[in-house]
Amino acid sequence: MDGERILARLRERFGPAVLEAGSPFGQPTAVLDRGVLREALDFCKVDPELGFDMLVDLTAVDYLKFPGREDGPRFEVVYHLYSLPHNQRLRLKVRVEEEGAVVPSATPLWPIANWLEREVWDMFGIRFEGHPDLRRLLMYEEFEGHPLRKDYPIQRRQPLIGPRN
Amino acid sequence: MAETATREIFLGEGSGTGSGGQNLHVNIGPQHPAMHGIIRILAELDGETVVKTDVEIGYLHRAFEKECEAGGYNNAIPFTDRLNYVSPLINNFGYAAAVEKLLGIEVTERCKYIRVLMSEISRICDHLTCIGASAMELGAITVFLYMIKAREFLWELVEDVTGARLTISYGRVGGVRADLPDGFAEKARKAFQETREVLDEVDRLLTGNRIFMDRMIGVGALSAEQSIAYGITGPLLRAAGVAYDVRKAQPYWVYDRVEFEVPTRPTGDNYARYLVRMAEMEQSMRIAEQALADMPGGAINVDFEGRPIDPASYVDRGKQGKTEGLLLLPVTLSPNLEGQNRRALERVLTHDKRVALPPKETTYGSIEGLMNHFMLIMEGYGIRPPAGEVYVPVEGANGELGFYVVSDGSDRPYRVHCRPPCLPPLAALPRLLEGGMVADVVPTFGSVNMIGGELDR
Repeated sequence: MDGERILARLRERFGPAVLEAGSPFGQPTAVLDRGVLREALDFCKVDPELGFDMLVDLTAVDYLKFPGREDGPRFEVVYHLYSLPHNQRLRLKVRVEEEGAVVPSATPLWPIANWLEREVWDMFGIRFEGHPDLRRLLMYEEFEGHPLRKDYPIQRRQPLIGPRN
Repeated sequence: MAETATREIFLGEGSGTGSGGQNLHVNIGPQHPAMHGIIRILAELDGETVVKTDVEIGYLHRAFEKECEAGGYNNAIPFTDRLNYVSPLINNFGYAAAVEKLLGIEVTERCKYIRVLMSEISRICDHLTCIGASAMELGAITVFLYMIKAREFLWELVEDVTGARLTISYGRVGGVRADLPDGFAEKARKAFQETREVLDEVDRLLTGNRIFMDRMIGVGALSAEQSIAYGITGPLLRAAGVAYDVRKAQPYWVYDRVEFEVPTRPTGDNYARYLVRMAEMEQSMRIAEQALADMPGGAINVDFEGRPIDPASYVDRGKQGKTEGLLLLPVTLSPNLEGQNRRALERVLTHDKRVALPPKETTYGSIEGLMNHFMLIMEGYGIRPPAGEVYVPVEGANGELGFYVVSDGSDRPYRVHCRPPCLPPLAALPRLLEGGMVADVVPTFGSVNMIGGELDR
């Protein structure tokens, strides 16, 4: 099963909720509507034809300063899936507005999503609905702001904190 | 307010206050010799059994991803050295491979072999460190010393090629920085021979050792299904019986042209991880030896026509207008630039002028070379991949090391994300530890091979 077939299978199941699909650089990529994300991840995991049993990576991109996309939805949450039985990769993306940046959590499907979503929350301030324990992962609790957002200045200093008791 | 008992001061709040739940909370780390870097495990103990753990990471966060967005594409190479600092070459090459995919360029044949060779040497270093350290934590300090001795043989090879031992910055977008030095193949074969002897010795010391086996067998086990659900790759997944290896599954560079096996074990415990790593080192040496034997281009620095002249007279001749044949004249380069003369770079760096810095002779010997140099170095110029995004995985020492690079068409990466291979095992660490004994925390943690640099980025 090749990349085109995977995308066709997604389209056939979710129809217009697959906003864009293509294989740039030979890597199958689909942009999904946020409403069907949870269902789509589940479908990718359990459908025997797809069989994407591994969530390899979950991250986000802030498109605030991307030429031509300044006005579009600000964030994109990116899922990289891998299928061990079929040796295939798939990239799923959801676009998220800055207001109400919430995405359904994938933790019930893959336990690794727990930490990866915590990292995305930490770095981008995107919330994951249904996440059991959405704390910062890499930064400390007192850290202000979300450092990988494009409007977070690289030189910004944070106030020193004392020991927590 | 109740008076604090002495026991409470020493053992923490809630200890010894009444009957029933007397669980003890212990902080293991962040400053702890067995924590390999800095990480904090908050363990709740019932007697000697670990009931619950929480893992806190981020102590080594250096804003790798943010920092990559601030400079040009090649500026990120030194940052990638510091991801997995035991096998930095693989990070270099992984990042470079991602940018090359964006640019749509192919590296030269010799460069592919060099990358494979150096990656495998790094992988052996990583496994040696991991096994050595975890054996030391179980009391086998001899093994640690032997392993570090073997790592020294290999780090000398790395030093010969890159000029540094740790922060090597050897990869470049489009190739590698310099060609291999003279006589490298013989040196490498000798180093592998010596490493094999050490591994043989360690094998006899550890593999059948009663104490080692008792501490490792059945400890910290994770099933194949759980490993997959946690996104665990590399030696940990292979120790659970899944033969997934990026080098075999989706071969890159020349991994499809060399013969090697992917060792697996069925049990998924600490002992299986040890055996898988030991077997992988042998396979890595096998790959490295095949790469050395098949490497195209042969020896370098031997086939110059004419005598090299010194750079000052080279520039003088150019200034005087005696430019006839100047471009073809070899120049004595400073020892810092060993392996970077024109002929060497032709072999190991792509010929694409959008990406590869011209050799020094060309830069100083011709106006085209100088212009090309500045077009890649000046602020606002440099490597400019077309807009797009790629995710490129390579097999790091701990598993799948992926780089997700987004380009907006400018000279700086819009976003660089590293998928660290040791983050998933750390996320699964509570599952490995809970229900076990507190004394098993350290060996299990050692077998996970946490590398702070890539975990916290």
